[in-house]
Amino acid sequence: MSLDAVFLSRLQFFWVVALHILLPAFTVGLASYIAVLEGLHFTTGRAVYLRLSKFWLKVFAVSFGMGVVSGIVMPFQFGTNWSRFSDATADIVGPLMAYEGLTAFFLEAGFLGVLLFGRARVPPWMHFAAAVMVASGTLFSTFWILVVNSWMQTPMGHSIVDGRFFPDDWFAVIFNPSFPYRFAHTVTGFYITTALVVAGVAAYHLRAGRFREEGATMLKMAFGLLTILVPLQMGLGDLHGLNTREHQPAKIAAIEANWDTQGRMPLLLFALPDEHAQRNSFEIGIPVLGSIILTHDADGVVQGLKEWKAQDRPPVAIPFFAFRVMVGAGATMLALVFCSWWVWWRGELAAARWFLKLCEVAAPLGFVAVVAGWITTEVGRQPWVVYGMLRTRDAVTPSLDGGDVVVSLVVYVVAYLAIFGSGGYFLGRLFGAGPLDKPAVSGPQPKGTAARPLSGAAADAN
Amino acid sequence: MTLDLVPLWAGILALAVFMYVLLDGFDLGVGILFPFAPDDACRDLMMNSVAPIWDGNETWLVLGGIALLAAFPLAFAVILPAVYFPILFMLVGLTFRGVAFEFRHLTHQRHWDHAFHWGSVVATLAQGVVLGTYVQGIPVTGRVYAGGSFDWVTPFALLTGVGLIAGYALIGACWLVMKTEGELQAWARGRARTFTFGVAAFIALVSIWTPLVEPQIHARWFTWPNLLWLSPVPIITLALFAWLLRALKSGNDAAPFLAALGLFAMCYLGLGISIIPMIVPYSINFWAAASSGKSQTFLMVGTLFLLPIIVMYTGWSYWVFRGKVKAGAGYH
Repeated sequence: MSLDAVFLSRLQFFWVVALHILLPAFTVGLASYIAVLEGLHFTTGRAVYLRLSKFWLKVFAVSFGMGVVSGIVMPFQFGTNWSRFSDATADIVGPLMAYEGLTAFFLEAGFLGVLLFGRARVPPWMHFAAAVMVASGTLFSTFWILVVNSWMQTPMGHSIVDGRFFPDDWFAVIFNPSFPYRFAHTVTGFYITTALVVAGVAAYHLRAGRFREEGATMLKMAFGLLTILVPLQMGLGDLHGLNTREHQPAKIAAIEANWDTQGRMPLLLFALPDEHAQRNSFEIGIPVLGSIILTHDADGVVQGLKEWKAQDRPPVAIPFFAFRVMVGAGATMLALVFCSWWVWWRGELAAARWFLKLCEVAAPLGFVAVVAGWITTEVGRQPWVVYGMLRTRDAVTPSLDGGDVVVSLVVYVVAYLAIFGSGGYFLGRLFGAGPLDKPAVSGPQPKGTAARPLSGAAADAN
Repeated sequence: MTLDLVPLWAGILALAVFMYVLLDGFDLGVGILFPFAPDDACRDLMMNSVAPIWDGNETWLVLGGIALLAAFPLAFAVILPAVYFPILFMLVGLTFRGVAFEFRHLTHQRHWDHAFHWGSVVATLAQGVVLGTYVQGIPVTGRVYAGGSFDWVTPFALLTGVGLIAGYALIGACWLVMKTEGELQAWARGRARTFTFGVAAFIALVSIWTPLVEPQIHARWFTWPNLLWLSPVPIITLALFAWLLRALKSGNDAAPFLAALGLFAMCYLGLGISIIPMIVPYSINFWAAASSGKSQTFLMVGTLFLLPIIVMYTGWSYWVFRGKVKAGAGYH
């Protein structure tokens, strides 16, 4: 059996990004939430905000640390596994990623130490400023990395010489057609993800009768935000979809499992796409709704997959199902927001047990939606790494053979299972302990030492 | 037409890599020394001495990698495939040691002590192997790496790997001499002494080995008048060794760290002298590997503006955590 270095490298990239993306999906929103809590405590002086900030800082320390180390892996993948891509696109992609490092990573790292360990060492306003700096850093990082991603999806502002991409107009490169939509959609998704986790943790403790003041504060803040962001996200998603139909129609055809160009296209709720037969072997749909959603016109014509040669088509089943998972998660969130209005109106936001249970169950929904959305857009871009211009199979490192990538893939899988498994376990324990004013570690002191280890998650707990 | 930014970019890249080697060097060194410390209280202090800054230190690695991609993409695309596995081991090592900072105190088990130590050792060894592979030269055909995925397995690369472990351990021990007191400081002083001799041995070995193996390096150093102009490099290196040993004996806190930094600087300078103007030894020079003027200019504008600011607030962060680390105090 021959091992395909391209497929295995894609699998490896999928694995390291899919796990990494869980952390920014959570920490981008959490950094902003902590900055808001610090700001509220700084201006109102209310102790509940400080307790909440200290609690979420412990969670942030653990998840941000995991995000940093798993993030370092990514740019090196470009060189080790995708060196042809690096050589071809570095004139565009390199400076953009360097700006991410210069504007975001150093800002985060420079102020993170002060945010986690410096509360007693700097004046309160400076500590608050450090929180704002870290939060800004996470947003700058999101900005630049989505510029890179969007340029790969809808490349603009460059010319191609001898197979290499050179910049002509940086403004056009950065504000390429899909970037504004992708950025708004992603950041909103990240904030929603964090708000759902905050609500879930609050609900867990409120159901057990603990931390009433903290829990009620968290729920109000979370659902205040979700009330605005979840409906907004639906609108942004719609705009993003229209943009994709304009610039990447083959992706839309795959998402909708639409083989033939047609007007009055149905919206398929479920289908079994058969790529060999070029049709769906089974489908359930709502007539005409597909055209209405995609073109905002019942007679709108939508291109089908058969418009493209087989080798230029993306896989169909993965974008089709991943998209439906994302939309299903979004619809569930919207239902949860409606429920929150009902219980809030009745004055039972922090008391209605059925609602609290729902919040707990819904806590991971943001992660599901983010990963499903990411899979939809990346698999939908195939078979291109730079859409329409550079094929994924022409981007891989030529010196690699499949066996090399099998080894590295196995190492990454084992290492990430150990690290993310442990991280998940520790985060679960921190969530379970709640905003206590004492250490999260229970039982005898570790290793019989008098001095407590002082890392970020313990610093404020002492 | 436009200004040639290539030398400036080469300088910035060299600075970023050097900053990384110095800064992550000492905190990786702390990880290498970690299990040998007198007791758990010392280990806690060791970890605390680098906990607020390691993340910033590691950011220079990202900047070094990305600056290489942005300014000299051909070098990035050729060098990384040549060290596919060392990079893998480095990244996995860095990952385990990085999360150990946060995970370690959340459990009663020793796993994350081991992860911190072995992660540091593996990452350092891998970086040293990358260095050795690089110095030995990287075969290129056209715009592609022409060797195999295991070409890095050579005695020389393994030697530089082990040598870098000694180097980081030295600078880590000197960091601890500066940042701690009492029993831990006395212990660190002893380790610094041991590793000074170790590092001296590795520097001597590498300095003899490379000119024997690489004719270009031999020609660079041992032809007249280069021999004269370059003679300060080995002389200053010897002087730094003497200063380091004296400072360790005299009980000065900060001088050993400065002397160790100086040693790293001289080794780095020596490497630079040997390689320049090649960025992929010994076939691609800076200009052949450079990205287009438009890319270099676009990034240079922001870099000249942002890099000083970064150095300022990074310095501020070190200043906030200045002084000796104390057991159980200071971070509340």
